[in-house]
Amino acid sequence: MTVARAAPGRTRREIHEARARKRGIVIASLSTLLVVGAIMLLVPLAPGWEAVQKSFFNGEVFLKTFPKLLQAFLLDVAIFAWCAPLIAVWALVIALCRDVRNPALYPLRLFAILYTDIFRGVPVVLVVYLIGFGVPGLGLPRPWNSPYIWGSLALILTYSAYVAEIYRSGIESIHASQRAAALSLGLSKSDTMRFVVLPQALRRVVPANMNMFIALQKDVALLSFIGPVEVLRQAGVFKSLLANFTPYVVAAIIFLCVTIPATRYADYLITKQNRARS
Amino acid sequence: MTHLVLRSLKKSFGNKSVIDGLDLQVNEGDMVCLIGASGSGKSTLLRCINLLEPIDDGFIELDGQDISDPERDPQPVRQRIGLVFQSFNLFPHMTAEENVMLAPRRIKRLSRDQLRPAITALFNRFGLSEHMQHYPDQLSGGQQQRVAIIRALAMQPEIMLFDEITSALDPELVGEVLDVLRQLKSQGMTMVMATHEMGFAREVADKVCFLCEGRILEQGPPEALFGNPQQPRTKAFLSAVL
Repeated sequence: MTVARAAPGRTRREIHEARARKRGIVIASLSTLLVVGAIMLLVPLAPGWEAVQKSFFNGEVFLKTFPKLLQAFLLDVAIFAWCAPLIAVWALVIALCRDVRNPALYPLRLFAILYTDIFRGVPVVLVVYLIGFGVPGLGLPRPWNSPYIWGSLALILTYSAYVAEIYRSGIESIHASQRAAALSLGLSKSDTMRFVVLPQALRRVVPANMNMFIALQKDVALLSFIGPVEVLRQAGVFKSLLANFTPYVVAAIIFLCVTIPATRYADYLITKQNRARS
Repeated sequence: MTHLVLRSLKKSFGNKSVIDGLDLQVNEGDMVCLIGASGSGKSTLLRCINLLEPIDDGFIELDGQDISDPERDPQPVRQRIGLVFQSFNLFPHMTAEENVMLAPRRIKRLSRDQLRPAITALFNRFGLSEHMQHYPDQLSGGQQQRVAIIRALAMQPEIMLFDEITSALDPELVGEVLDVLRQLKSQGMTMVMATHEMGFAREVADKVCFLCEGRILEQGPPEALFGNPQQPRTKAFLSAVL
């Protein structure tokens, strides 16, 4: 039997924790290896594996389509890049309208309530279709019939409804004592909102909004239904051209390269915030 | 000269009456201490005077002027009455200096540069000059509470209200906050303070009021109220806390 000897500067607890950690790493590695090994052995035994491998995981097609698909993905990023700031601003307008208490401004409040109800209640793809096909149908002259404009608008309108609700939850999460402190100094209600409540609320909802914007980046692909040749559309073109599904896998991998780091970062922010508050 | 007068003040939350026909006079330059058990209405009374809570009935007069008219905008009145809270309520996203500057900047429309000399002087006076650029979470409870007092003073109020401002502090930090009040008292500030610091009330107050069930049951100079309470409930309360 070995007796844990106290190394200089290490407590018995530290020695125990270091050992437990080491043991944990070994066990986790072994079990992961086992599962992955089993999958790699068993899946190729399935009768259709060869066909699937050829049409979904074709290395040659992968290399051939990757550069073009990456280029098409830049369009997704561009659409995201102009939609995101507009959503951030428009959602704030909606959130503030919902909190209006002045009776003369009641129509604004009603509008905000209807707005969030409607756009949260309709599938995004339906809004994209309705606006993306509907508005250009009015026979607007170029460039006002562009699907980029109306497709982006559909995303902006829908996502603003969700983000507005996130803002509102943030505003409501600010403790009433903060408002009381500001009002007691003689600040107006709008100054209290602008200088005391909003700055704290916006900071608090950053992680939740991050998740919304990750979802937005994925939903940009819905615009492919009304015209723009972004990555999903481009993958579809390649699929028809090469009679192979690998381009879809390529597109999925490209999306994951962006969304996984972004989700991890959002999770990190949430953990950090929870720790700060507890 | 009387500065603040409350006449038959009433306030209830739902059907629970918290202030029940309360009368009070505060003379200019006086320090009035409100004592009483939790739930006796001390905090609500202070919030009502600052118009943070709308009163149900009665009158509040400041300098002979009715400030409690529900039809009137409470905002200008609040600027004349400073209120300091038990839990400090500093704005956590602003430095100490920004906390203090916000109200004068927005309400008096003064620039930071115009405000800086006076505000720096206030921080110096209360021994916080090194902490002007610190955020609230970098300050101790006592320091935060002193910043909160400076924040209220920066609006140059005619009267200051203190709502159990030492109750959330570690015992060793209470002294530094009470010192600030002694200073204000010596400069002639009119103050109303809800407190459990009986020793301090006895030392500094001009008048002590014992609140019970939303009314002032007994009031008088501290020697009389602490030394020779008349009402049995005052006696019971004092013997419990002293």
